[in-house]
Amino acid sequence: MTSVMNNAGTYLYAVTRDEGSTLPEDLKGVAGERVRAITHAGLVAYVSTVPLDRFGEEPLRRSMEDLDWLGETARAHHRVVEAVARTTPTAPVRLVTVYSGEDQIRDLLDRRHDDFAETLGRIADRQEWGVKAYVDPAAPPPAEAGEESATRPGLAYLKKRQASLRSREESWRQAAARGEHIHDALKSVAVASQRHRPQDPQLSGRAEWMVLNGAYLVDLDRGAEFARVVDGLRGEGIDVELTGPWAPYSFAAFAEAPERLEGGTGDDA
Amino acid sequence: MTEPGSVMRQSGLPAGRPSGHEPANLGDILERVLDRGIVIAGDIRVNLLDIELLTIKLRLIIASVDTAREMGIDWWEHDPWLKGQDRELREENRRLRRRLAAAEEGAALPRGPTAEVESVDERTAEVDERDE
Repeated sequence: MTSVMNNAGTYLYAVTRDEGSTLPEDLKGVAGERVRAITHAGLVAYVSTVPLDRFGEEPLRRSMEDLDWLGETARAHHRVVEAVARTTPTAPVRLVTVYSGEDQIRDLLDRRHDDFAETLGRIADRQEWGVKAYVDPAAPPPAEAGEESATRPGLAYLKKRQASLRSREESWRQAAARGEHIHDALKSVAVASQRHRPQDPQLSGRAEWMVLNGAYLVDLDRGAEFARVVDGLRGEGIDVELTGPWAPYSFAAFAEAPERLEGGTGDDA
Repeated sequence: MTEPGSVMRQSGLPAGRPSGHEPANLGDILERVLDRGIVIAGDIRVNLLDIELLTIKLRLIIASVDTAREMGIDWWEHDPWLKGQDRELREENRRLRRRLAAAEEGAALPRGPTAEVESVDERTAEVDERDE
């Protein structure tokens, strides 16, 4: 078996309870390798074999700087997590978690059994929804130039400029407040929530200000209600984008994981 | 309603496409697979140091931080990832900022929000001076 060879590692995607669910035969993971299930201690780990000349520490250090490679690998990882999540409650594992072999994975399922069980219990029958709110930063109408414009055009220009900057600040403040309001409204329908950093326009692909980048863990039977609340929050100058349902990436962290490894930046997950 | 795993997007903007399931965008995926999900410390074969993942995370978010702070959104200041408890991380942050700036110059990318905000601040200061 390749996974015991020195030049191969075992890449871990996700963990579920052992409920006898099956994966598509031909599900491929990162590096195009077939995904397989390791069942142990009442849990199932979804893994594939990866070559360490590409998934060892040194090669990864280089290739993760390559956004094309990173994007492709992230999509492959996500595809596997999604496929598993379609069948059963799933705890996604962070990108590029690589073990020496299957024995190490079984050891993990033994050692962290209770953590996985707790996490899987928390997310069962719930879905993660992503909500991003954007405010259009269109410049407010310029301030009145006044009489000075005739006699002292330079000063008038500067004053106008200053007024415009002030109103921009005010717009920012209002936009942030709207983000807060939306988050509060969504929290009331969710079991847990996390606020994440607003994405850069290069990442979001949108020029507007992202005033909210939230994740919400919602009971399965309240999904429609959640979507209705989202719809009701859209309004003039503000767009609210709903993504999902996601596998519960934002709510799967082990409770006692070291603090500095916690992925969340949020308030009340 | 919908099964997990078929991520779709809905937006108030005119879609231009029939509604239904679209593939999730890469930014959302990267954010999740890098920043969230279970982190298992310990005897993994390939143990990417936190610093390396931080590097990538910073590359993704770096330009948005100043803009957001201007807006009064600063809750990530409490994020241990960015709080800078570790001097190395702060140094790495500075190094990345320099590299990003250099890369943007080199690639002649449109100037990011960071640069924009800084130049606006400069102009504000100028106006204040001349007003007095």
